[in-house]
Amino acid sequence: MSKLSRRQLITTGLVATAGASGLAVARRLAQRYGLIPPDGGGLYGPGETLTYAAQRLLTRHSLAREFHASQISKPPFANEVAPLGEAFQRLQEGSFAGWRLAVDGLVARPASFSLSELKRFPRRSQITHLACEEGWSYIAEWGGVPLSHILDVVGTLPQARYVVYRSIQPDWWESIDMVDALHPQTLVTHGMNGGDLPVAFGGPLRLRVPRQLGYKSVKYITRLTITDSLKRFGKGLGSASPESGYAWYAGI
Amino acid sequence: MTARPRHSAVVRVTHWITTLSFLALLVSGVEILISHPRFYWGEAGNVLTPPLFKLPIPASRSTVPTGYGYVLPDQNGWSRYLHFQSAWVAVMTGLLYVVFGLFKGHFRQNLLPARAALSWRGLSMVIARHLRLRPAGEEEAWSYNVLQRLTYLLVIFVLFPLVIWTGLAMSPAIASAIPAAVTVLGGQQSARTIHFFVSVFLVLFLLTHVVMVCLAGFRSRMRAMTIGRPAAHMERT
Repeated sequence: MSKLSRRQLITTGLVATAGASGLAVARRLAQRYGLIPPDGGGLYGPGETLTYAAQRLLTRHSLAREFHASQISKPPFANEVAPLGEAFQRLQEGSFAGWRLAVDGLVARPASFSLSELKRFPRRSQITHLACEEGWSYIAEWGGVPLSHILDVVGTLPQARYVVYRSIQPDWWESIDMVDALHPQTLVTHGMNGGDLPVAFGGPLRLRVPRQLGYKSVKYITRLTITDSLKRFGKGLGSASPESGYAWYAGI
Repeated sequence: MTARPRHSAVVRVTHWITTLSFLALLVSGVEILISHPRFYWGEAGNVLTPPLFKLPIPASRSTVPTGYGYVLPDQNGWSRYLHFQSAWVAVMTGLLYVVFGLFKGHFRQNLLPARAALSWRGLSMVIARHLRLRPAGEEEAWSYNVLQRLTYLLVIFVLFPLVIWTGLAMSPAIASAIPAAVTVLGGQQSARTIHFFVSVFLVLFLLTHVVMVCLAGFRSRMRAMTIGRPAAHMERT
């Protein structure tokens, strides 16, 4: 009996040590390959890290499904937003001629683009699904500049790891990793269903990230910041979402 | 004295881990559901789309017309975190269980019904015994009857894989990597609707399972699934 317990004890010890060192190695590897999300700490950190790492390994280059024009939702549903402030209303009165998108951070040539400049950039149009974390969705045609083109124009430095984007609405900001930032379907969107992007859907300018849920597609964007670390932004959790309890990565 | 346990250690441990993660998935799933208690068929659906059906409950979002004059508190943040973390635990536990079951002959020996038991006679006898609420026989403390075997196989090899599949099909990233996983189901809203129904079946299974455990003898069945022995006087060596 005592022999068996000793053997069991040693086996348990070995398994526990192997498990712990395996986890430590996995953590180091995950960190090295950028597979740990900024909200990967805390109670739900393990699940978040598994989801983000698994989806990054599986879906790095995959394209969001594109639909036929006949599948476009009529009418689409515009989720409610906080009341738009005075600054927004002033720009709206001027037909958004004064709207600018500033690009700064780890770039060779920081810049600020007007809406008409953005509209002269190469345009990509795609019919994709927008799904809200609540469960509803719609399909629309979105037109805009691929974010990767803007990053090319400003000359992103090699150490860039994330793009932080902000809305004109205070406290509304998000970030994505370079996999999504350089993804051909990630669009700085200014058009929808053949016309200008309506205000209710984020017009004049919205970042559409079609491989993630709707809340990553921030409306009324005014500024992009390219960075190597999210620690200095807000509470260091990557975006405003984890600060209000929602996951930073929304691929699921 | 080394008595053969009623359930192997792997079965007992995976049973309880699955129980805990299923309860967490259920609570968080209900929380997520109440933010939009409407269901659709096809690729897309929202409050401007006619629903397939809607649940007569209040919602946690003011944008959903429910007929109730109030809005429930929004709990989606932690619910989504908990849902996916529990899903990882359930899936990994399930994989361990399935690999163990295949290698150790658990499915073949304990769950696959004998051909004779699958006859109409065999099945109707067991069903009749259940309908007459006859107490479980002594041998049933040591072996599953044919209804149990079929139900467990259905839960393990049909309902759980289906709920995982339909859950993943709602993920925009997974849909981009494996589009067929969504189109085969009829679209992302169809996947959500099927996910709901499979969850309902799993909850019905859970309720039936608990009721049957109580009817068969709560103490002996709990002993069997925890310490491995149904009851002192039922010991087999």
